[in-house]
Amino acid sequence: MGDAVIEVHGLTKTYSTGATEVHALRGIDLTIHRGELVAIMGSSGSGKSTLMNLLGCLDTPTSGTYELDGVRVDGLGKNELAAIRNQKLGFVFQGFNLLARTTAVENVELPLLYDRGGKKRDPRKLAVAALERVGLGQRLDHQPSELSGGQQQRVAIARALVTEPALVLADEPTGNLDTKTTIEVMALFQELNTQGITIVLVTHEPDVAAYATRVVEIRDGHIRRDEPVANRRKAAEDLLHVEEDAA
Amino acid sequence: MKTTVLIKLATASIRKNKMRATLTMLGIIIGVAAVIVMVAVGYGARTRIRAQINNLGTNMIVITPGAAQTAGVSQGAQAFANLSLDDVDKIRRESQYVAAVSPVVVSRAQVIGPAGNWRSQINGVDVDYQTIRDWPTESGDFFSADDVNATRKVAVLGATVAANLFPDQDPVGQEVQIRNVPFRIAGVLSKKGQTATGTDSDDIVLMPYTTARATLSGRVFIPQILASTTNEQDIPAAQQELTELMRETHRLAGNDPNDFTVRNQNDLAQAAESSTRVMTLLLAAIASISLLVGGIGIMNIMLVSVTERTREIGIRLAIGARGSDVLTQFLVESIVMGVFGGLIGLIVGFSGAKILGHFTGWETVISPIVMIIAVGFSGAVGVFFGYYPARKAAALDPIQALRYE
Repeated sequence: MGDAVIEVHGLTKTYSTGATEVHALRGIDLTIHRGELVAIMGSSGSGKSTLMNLLGCLDTPTSGTYELDGVRVDGLGKNELAAIRNQKLGFVFQGFNLLARTTAVENVELPLLYDRGGKKRDPRKLAVAALERVGLGQRLDHQPSELSGGQQQRVAIARALVTEPALVLADEPTGNLDTKTTIEVMALFQELNTQGITIVLVTHEPDVAAYATRVVEIRDGHIRRDEPVANRRKAAEDLLHVEEDAA
Repeated sequence: MKTTVLIKLATASIRKNKMRATLTMLGIIIGVAAVIVMVAVGYGARTRIRAQINNLGTNMIVITPGAAQTAGVSQGAQAFANLSLDDVDKIRRESQYVAAVSPVVVSRAQVIGPAGNWRSQINGVDVDYQTIRDWPTESGDFFSADDVNATRKVAVLGATVAANLFPDQDPVGQEVQIRNVPFRIAGVLSKKGQTATGTDSDDIVLMPYTTARATLSGRVFIPQILASTTNEQDIPAAQQELTELMRETHRLAGNDPNDFTVRNQNDLAQAAESSTRVMTLLLAAIASISLLVGGIGIMNIMLVSVTERTREIGIRLAIGARGSDVLTQFLVESIVMGVFGGLIGLIVGFSGAKILGHFTGWETVISPIVMIIAVGFSGAVGVFFGYYPARKAAALDPIQALRYE
């Protein structure tokens, strides 16, 4: 299976707070292939956030193996993980997490400034291209406070795309958005997915998961369900309906 | 990350918080400005003293009686009344380095002129005195060697004495009475101004030492011998030679301590300067405390800033910044604040010293070294007080930082 972006075996995570131990993940086996759009679902406390942090190389597992884009990442040091995050991963958060009082294009070029790969790239040019890709070519010099929630999330997606990562990780990307904007953002994710970008998104909304190609449900630290989405919805079509309803 | 990018990032985030950054830098600005003004005033005082010491004469050497001890109790300088004309004669005859030598007989007396009287210092000196003190006459002439040999009653007035006794007229050729003895005025000395200790050097009457001894004191004791060399390089050799000659005339055996002191102008200058140096150091130390307080201000604000920007730090870490990147970013920020504050402080201190000098009449000297040290030090303050907050920022856990509200 040479096209696996994520290969996880027996992944566990245990938090010890004083005397009590919390088993957040109790052995996860998961393989995600290139070009998939996977929704990870689960209620709060299910362990989905922990899995997200591990997949995002923000945390290290207690045991198990994790191979990301062909690189074993379990057991790497802090600086190596930082480099992996920089080069192989793109993050989209629920709260957008853009730098305040910083223009859209400056926000997007930020990951490139931390790249130590020594690649000769023009951060500004790539950032502009990424913003054009998410349809914000006209908003380059706007600050987050001057943008709507949907636009801010699109800036965040552009920031995730600008390094051409192997995987885009989205943590509740639509949690702060209204229905219409949610569908817009999902339409963008679907569009990017058809262009070949692998996306993993964490959500607790079945409506959002319905736009994915595959749903993985976590409960009590185990994978309870892992299946392809039967009636996959097209966000672009839904968007037309929403606009008709509004009109 | 490249240094230029780092500095750009730091200045950008400082610019986002202009008011706060300005107030933070104010501590450094005041500290640096205070150090510069204080040191400028101190240096100014030192240069003024040096100029006054140089005003005493050229290449001057001063011989005074030594400090005597009686049964282990120091009697202070001039307890030995042991400088004599024999010493002067011997120096004149045998010294190779000394070009001019003169005894100084000191007295104070009332000087009575036609328009009034004036109490002044009367110095009995030799003709060489004029050379040693490098003191030309403004009108008339200095008395001659002939006057000295013949014990003539002639006097040369200092500018202050002349101005008080003979307002609006030339005293040359006229007479004054000192201790009921009439003296013919041979000349008036040019103005020399204040000495380092603040006394008026022009409040003086000079006369041949022979006359002074005969008419004024009757004492044989000479409180001071002045000598000078032709050029500055000869001074150390001349001092050595004078010491040997004096030991001969005083018949001191090999191990006996000197019963006199030979000092040159530099020694005098250093003695006078040492007190101002202490003063300068003290002022600079007090001013440095404000620089320290400014540094603590930077640390305080950086700590607040780290807490406030926890989320930003989380974002940076999540998209691939290393701990060291975050550390450098915050450190550069505090260094930029320190150095920038230092530069502004430099300008404020520079103008402050100039303004102070203008209004008080004090001389202020701003040395480039002090400027470099002040700015360098404020940068160092930035590093020192910025390191702990930056360290704290770098050690944040990305997950916690991202969740921070």
